[in-house]
Amino acid sequence: MKFLMIIMTSVLVNNYVLSRFLGICPFLGVSKKLNQATGMGVAVTFVMLLATSVTWPIQKFLLDRFGLGYLQTIVFILVIAALVQFVEIVLKKYIPALHASLGIYLPLITTNCAVLGVTINNIRDETINTFGKAMVNSLGCGIGFLFAMVLFSGVRSRLEDADPPKAFRGLPITLIAAAITSLSLFGFSGVATGLFGG
Amino acid sequence: MTKIQNFLKGLIKENPVLVLILGTCPTLATTTQILNALGMGVAATVVLLCSNMAISALRNVIPDKVRIPCYIVLIAGFVTAVELLLHAFVPSLYDSLGIYLALIVVNCIILGRAEMYASKNGVIDSAIDGLGMGCGFILALFAMSFIREVFGAGSFCGVEQEKGLRLRRLSVGCHLRETLLHG
Repeated sequence: MKFLMIIMTSVLVNNYVLSRFLGICPFLGVSKKLNQATGMGVAVTFVMLLATSVTWPIQKFLLDRFGLGYLQTIVFILVIAALVQFVEIVLKKYIPALHASLGIYLPLITTNCAVLGVTINNIRDETINTFGKAMVNSLGCGIGFLFAMVLFSGVRSRLEDADPPKAFRGLPITLIAAAITSLSLFGFSGVATGLFGG
Repeated sequence: MTKIQNFLKGLIKENPVLVLILGTCPTLATTTQILNALGMGVAATVVLLCSNMAISALRNVIPDKVRIPCYIVLIAGFVTAVELLLHAFVPSLYDSLGIYLALIVVNCIILGRAEMYASKNGVIDSAIDGLGMGCGFILALFAMSFIREVFGAGSFCGVEQEKGLRLRRLSVGCHLRETLLHG
């Protein structure tokens, strides 16, 4: 039950993209076509899961034990960079179509704030104190990212038919659409505690 | 391009946030209060300056195939140094910036300028470019946070204004502000 609450919280209440403003660059950049958005969302979720499974034990059993906490940023980002390179190689070999359609955005997952954000949050957040909870949290964040991307790609496909004033064309109208999309998730802010009783 | 032009381009014409659309995550996240935004801007500018100079100095030494991980390690080193300094000397800013201080390492502005400029130009030019981009970043952050704090919370730098427009402060409103600044 607790795991379900963690996932609900990550997807709806504290959505990493729409409430915590992490991962905005791919959110604005890749969400034009649905299959690109879905592919990106799934790739990011996979990288998040892999990254947590490696960084959480490193932090707990290596960095904390030897008092090397200050190396956290460097070690985490190196792990993420290596994992993204690994995912890129695997995708190129086994799913070349997805690799081709994601193009440059795949190596850019390294600089995705959401991936580094979720690995650091798993350490800093005191309610996440076991490996299981950390993995479920990353799964939830990944699903939340995928959810936001798919939702926004739907909104953007509607935007293509719209006819905004000249000054608003392109990025400004996209940002307004993103604002209204965030607004729609704002109503979930009391849900987790209300439904599951804290 | 003269040195002055190099510096000034980062302020308006190639403003990293509003024109190049880099570094949107910390812009949206830290601009709820002006002091937080300025702190974030200064921290990011320091890292940008140092990393631009370091990467420019090492540009002939770093092999091309591994350049991105090398840049990331250098930037992460500077970010860790800034984090530790802030934690020691300005702990209130460290607490309010929270995770976004560590996230400077994946700030697209820093990696973007390293890739686009510092890897191809001399140390002094890269330093000026970094300074210009950093000041542009601070300007954009200040503009966003000014609107958000004054119209959202009714205060300026933490001081409550009596006649402020007390609109309900929505975190989503910042997308709208950024739109107005872009358009």
